[in-house]
Amino acid sequence: MEYSTSLALLAPEILVSVSGLVLLLVAAWSGDKSARFISIAAAVVLGGAFALVAPSVCTGAAGPDTVAFGGQFRADAFAGLAKLMIFAASGAALVVAPRFFGRAGAMRAEFPILVLFAALGMSIMVSAADLITLYIGLELNSLSAYVLAAILRDDERSAEAGLKYFVLGGLASGILLFGMSLTYGFAGTTNFGGIAIAVADGLSTGQLFGLTFVLAGLAFKISAAPFHMWTPDVYEGAPTPVTMFFASAPKVAAIALLARVSLEAFGSQSLAWQQIVIFAALLSIVIGALGAIGQQNVKRLLAYSSINNVGFILIGLATGTLAGASAMMVYLAIYVVMTIGSFVAVLLMRDGNGDQVESISDLAGLSTTRPALAWCLMALMFSLAGIPPLFGFWGKFVVFQAAVEADLIALAAIGIAASVIGAFYYIKIVKVMFFDEAVNTVTGKSDTPHWVLLAICALLISPLGYLLIGPLGNLADMAAASLAVAF
Amino acid sequence: MTVFAFYLFAALMIASGALTIFARNPVHSVLWLILAFFNAAGLMVIVGAEFLAMLLVVVYVGAVAVLFLFVVMMLNIDFAEMRAGFMKNAPLGVAIAVILLAELVLGVGAYRAGALDLGTPDGSAAPLVGESNIESLGALLYGNYLFLFESAGIILLVAMIGAIVLTHRAPTNPRGHQNIAKQNARNPKEATNNVSPEVGKGVEL
Repeated sequence: MEYSTSLALLAPEILVSVSGLVLLLVAAWSGDKSARFISIAAAVVLGGAFALVAPSVCTGAAGPDTVAFGGQFRADAFAGLAKLMIFAASGAALVVAPRFFGRAGAMRAEFPILVLFAALGMSIMVSAADLITLYIGLELNSLSAYVLAAILRDDERSAEAGLKYFVLGGLASGILLFGMSLTYGFAGTTNFGGIAIAVADGLSTGQLFGLTFVLAGLAFKISAAPFHMWTPDVYEGAPTPVTMFFASAPKVAAIALLARVSLEAFGSQSLAWQQIVIFAALLSIVIGALGAIGQQNVKRLLAYSSINNVGFILIGLATGTLAGASAMMVYLAIYVVMTIGSFVAVLLMRDGNGDQVESISDLAGLSTTRPALAWCLMALMFSLAGIPPLFGFWGKFVVFQAAVEADLIALAAIGIAASVIGAFYYIKIVKVMFFDEAVNTVTGKSDTPHWVLLAICALLISPLGYLLIGPLGNLADMAAASLAVAF
Repeated sequence: MTVFAFYLFAALMIASGALTIFARNPVHSVLWLILAFFNAAGLMVIVGAEFLAMLLVVVYVGAVAVLFLFVVMMLNIDFAEMRAGFMKNAPLGVAIAVILLAELVLGVGAYRAGALDLGTPDGSAAPLVGESNIESLGALLYGNYLFLFESAGIILLVAMIGAIVLTHRAPTNPRGHQNIAKQNARNPKEATNNVSPEVGKGVEL
């Protein structure tokens, strides 16, 4: 095996891990004083990794040239596109975090380093072409995430979120490992290509069990119903920049991984996993829509919104076609932008003392007191609801189009009906902001980096975003095509 | 010679296993357990699994058994009280043992009869390198699986960072909060002040 070619394919991961180690040494010697510097350096590193990945995405890298370490790792266009979203979302988390933690007096130098290692784990996940690579990437990401959730260790809610996430995440990892060992036992290999050969002429009972448990473990990681119970509690308790991180990057990674396992390893047996994915998709859409209705806390509401969105993304996967995979990537890209925008807007909601405001009732009359914030939030909510002039509509459109083309008309119809239910609570927030008596709670000063990020997100989801349809669609098509080479 | 060594290790292992259960003193139990581990390692060497033997000594004796010992010595567990419930729970224990035995027999039987299809090797795996299994494992871990092995190292590093981030607190000044410069800078006029509180109001410090 040629190590040099393998290592060259791993360049972004090597960059992230080596700089993570160097920054860890800086953190160890200069302590929390250097937290701001390390955040900036980590964001620069993620930008560098982004630049390293971009060429392979633009050229649509695929085929045997993208396989490293004898089939354990695959740096194709599909992985590349997911990595671009992951690095961008992690970078956004690093941009908003220092001010938030600085106000709480708890900015730790280890925070950006953990984000870097989480990003490293996610980029290993999306490149996995072997069950062992999958698990190592997933654990690297999860372990960093557990610590990030509890990083405000003096805050009860943060500690509770970290513990809950850890215990339930450990359980999910166990289920996943159980499925993986069954798959290995009955397929005789952990390599996706090998599994595809082993299952080519029908699934044995053992393989079916393995597949089911692997899907269940991964469904926990993307918080798809019926494995979504942890999401509202963890999202509410974790510090808001961390919640923003959880809702964006790890979702991209786990969904890309799910697509790889289903389409690459079990691609020939799509009937077996399609039922599971369709079930999870419909349940997520309905639970996400109904669960959000009674929520009083914005972060809990956004947690249910993310469960709801995962359902729509899974519809793209459920088609089992390349068009579906491409639609899924388009939806994911738009979803990441909308999620980051919404959480940045939540971060901008602070009362006179600089404390975060999280209750929906405190948003009343925001349009008169903070018109710019209210209009941005309105655009984001309408976009999440999928109302046409905004870019969020396009994501739903391509996903449903792929479902209809794959003859899953009933699935598409139920999805559209449920998205109407979902629109109710998004529009309720807009109603509270624009038509209720002003309570004037949100009076705190705003931070420039937050505003810049919010403006970028608002611009991307505004009708101007439609200019991106061509390039984004192209990239997603090439990414999906690179999956096809593998199976 | 090998047969003699086998029976020696096996007999010693069973004996120390039994003594682990029957020893009155829990610390002695752990020590008997360590002896059992050593004998098991000897058995592994006899069948040619020297890596497993070393792992057993390093991991189980070096880490797990010592951990047990610490737990037994630090937590003041009342073993007499725990033993009192032994007869009450004995039927349950026997039932579990019978179930496990039945599962073992069934599993081995099914495998022998060829009823279990555990997949067939297609020769795509790397051939074994070297003579000893330590060399083979090393060649695999640092060759084929180098990438995964190093990534697993980063996972352990993250676990360590996490443990330190969540539990380590910067040590406070061990000599209390004495500030000599501040004490020297005090002057008598500021050191005391006269207050005349209203009745029932108390003094604000």
